[in-house]
Amino acid sequence: MSDLQEFREDTHNWLEANCPPEMRKPGDVCWGGRNPSFSHPDQKIWLDRMAEKGWTCPTWPSEYGGGGLSKEENKILQEELGAIGARMALGSFGIWMLGPALLEFATEEQKLEHLPAIVKGEFWWCQGYSEPGSGSDLASLSTKAVEDGDNYVVNGQKIWTSNADKADKIFCLVRTGPQEPKHDGISFLLIDMDQPGVTTKPIKLISGKSPFCETFFDDATAPKKDLVGGLNKGWTVAKRLLEHERTMISAMGLSGGGEKRSGLADMSKKYVGVDSNNRISETALRAKVAKHDLNSRAFGLTMQRVGEETKVGSPSPAAAMAKYYGTEHNKLRYELMLEAMGTQGIGWDGESFSMEELAITKEWLRSKANSIEGGTSEVQLNVISKRVLGLPS
Amino acid sequence: MALILNEEQQFLKDAASKFFQEDAPISHFREIRDSKIELGYSKELWSTMSDLGWAGILVSEEYGGSDFGMMGMGTILEEAGKTLTPSPLFATGLIGASLLELAGNSEQKSEYLPKLVEGNLTTAFALEEGTRHAPNNISTEAKKDGDEFVLNGNKTFVLDGHSADLIIVAARTAGEASDKSGISLFCLNSNTDGLEIKKVSMLDSRNSAEVNLVNVKISASNLLGELGNGFAVIEEVLNRAQVGISAEMLGNASQAFEITLNYLKDRKQFGVLIGTFQALQHRAAIMYSELELTKSSVVGAMNAIDENSNDVARFASMAKYKAGETSYLVSNESVQMHGGYGVTDEYDIGFFMKRARVAEQIFGNSDHHLDRYATLSEY
Repeated sequence: MSDLQEFREDTHNWLEANCPPEMRKPGDVCWGGRNPSFSHPDQKIWLDRMAEKGWTCPTWPSEYGGGGLSKEENKILQEELGAIGARMALGSFGIWMLGPALLEFATEEQKLEHLPAIVKGEFWWCQGYSEPGSGSDLASLSTKAVEDGDNYVVNGQKIWTSNADKADKIFCLVRTGPQEPKHDGISFLLIDMDQPGVTTKPIKLISGKSPFCETFFDDATAPKKDLVGGLNKGWTVAKRLLEHERTMISAMGLSGGGEKRSGLADMSKKYVGVDSNNRISETALRAKVAKHDLNSRAFGLTMQRVGEETKVGSPSPAAAMAKYYGTEHNKLRYELMLEAMGTQGIGWDGESFSMEELAITKEWLRSKANSIEGGTSEVQLNVISKRVLGLPS
Repeated sequence: MALILNEEQQFLKDAASKFFQEDAPISHFREIRDSKIELGYSKELWSTMSDLGWAGILVSEEYGGSDFGMMGMGTILEEAGKTLTPSPLFATGLIGASLLELAGNSEQKSEYLPKLVEGNLTTAFALEEGTRHAPNNISTEAKKDGDEFVLNGNKTFVLDGHSADLIIVAARTAGEASDKSGISLFCLNSNTDGLEIKKVSMLDSRNSAEVNLVNVKISASNLLGELGNGFAVIEEVLNRAQVGISAEMLGNASQAFEITLNYLKDRKQFGVLIGTFQALQHRAAIMYSELELTKSSVVGAMNAIDENSNDVARFASMAKYKAGETSYLVSNESVQMHGGYGVTDEYDIGFFMKRARVAEQIFGNSDHHLDRYATLSEY
């Protein structure tokens, strides 16, 4: 038996023994934190067991608490998790965004301090990038960090901080070099949210929900040792982190934003009916659904090809279009769901609509931000035209 | 499924690219068009291509081919699409070779395939009868008469019809006009009595013909494959042909895009390069994205054929749809971005649009394939 086959067998057995039954059903994901909330006792058991093995961050080195798995082993782990329908043990911006940046840019001390805690979900991390005056032009940000003994004193305002009202810590871009050119005066700083100088205010969105906040810093402090990547070198860290964020968001074009919804075709059949040949009876809608389906497949193949090209050589230039195409494609998917649902797709509340219908309508509204957050579609098109196509500035 | 070329395939791609760029660049096509030669392609060039083994890429080794598969054939067609090189590669190397290989008996294969591989036999497939691709709408009749068949009917859009040595005709031997059963294939020498072949002058200056069959009498031994069961082979060959023409269209659109990008980096107006204008940059970036999706669709489809996937038909429709939509977008944008030069005959960019529009009509346009994709997906 090859090593990988043995790994698969061991993994399978371990998961059978350790994944609690309740965690093999769909449901909410735990985000950890100082005061973690578990919707079921099994959620805590599952998190503790996975964290103990380092499998909340399977490919991170084991000296930082990670699983130390190779890409191939991780693929097997994900397949085995998928096979039993296991729920994600821990959701975290620490895992998806901060951790990879720390692995690349942090000092050994910083890695040892922060990475094991991320693996275990000890803190809920949020991201402090955008400011009211700095959206697409992120590098113009003005939140200031000024040296004061062993600390930085931070003043300013961040916006679009995901779940800042629940988060324990924030990784933040701050201006440390006010005299430098804008990209060269930015640092990457980790700040504890549990202090009087930090306040948050949820932003109500068009969907009626408030997943994002405004975050205010009034003489907030952060120890100097929590500056990552060097003084005034934060833009390099930020750019890499944005790549991780874009990869995360573009995956939506494939998965449909994480929510498991029935296919567009089945939904269309349900709401508009079928003709005598079992075709969607509205021919115009049928054509749009087919086009979307076909593009989903072509996009999936493209992401697969990008992966293969990256494996054998340099990063594929096609990766640049993933965020643009994936998010536009996901938005269109929600538009088509609404179109299929007709008047059942335009409800807000009440018993005239099913839970699923109301959820889809809210998700449609949420999807509008896909092509804005993490770099607007227009910014992505700029990136493609300049970096991939070499068009002049 | 691998979506990148292996070493052998990459070697073939590089060789094909070099060959077309050096021996048959766009100026070669322009010369042929201007010379108005009846053949419509260079016999010498086809002979060299055959010597390189390209006529026999889909032919089994038993009959002198290399059996290199659709990844190989598609790769060469893509490169030929970049230089707009006219040759019998598609009608003979892909379609004719596939029909003979898949439907022929051992006698027919021994008679035709070695000659085809050597470049000494060209073929044309007489299938279509109307203004739209409708492979089962066949009213051309083949009536059994003793040891013979008598064929009557009219075929349109027969690629390479006027120049081919062998015409393979789809005719009805039973059933009604749109039945899938009752269709049979026949091999006819182009000089058979009663076969009237008329070259049609097309937008892209490539070869196409109308073929009329007037009481054409042929021996029963000219039947290719089983009587009345020709449609299964036709479908299998059409899948290959749709993917092959998609590969050519991908090459066409990629090259038109490349030429246009270079123009944006070279042409100045208002004192600056027009490539600095965001109105053009974003459209270029969108074209790039669509080209990437098209490339993945085409490569995925070539792979599906070589791996004998049971989803080949949907892959073929995806490839032809994406290739159709993307060439439409890229060819129109390319002409527009070239400004006045785009509409002159002197600039090559118009050639790409003309060829794209003809290729779009070959074996089903985008609407046809979108509908087929939905039908195959059972909605």
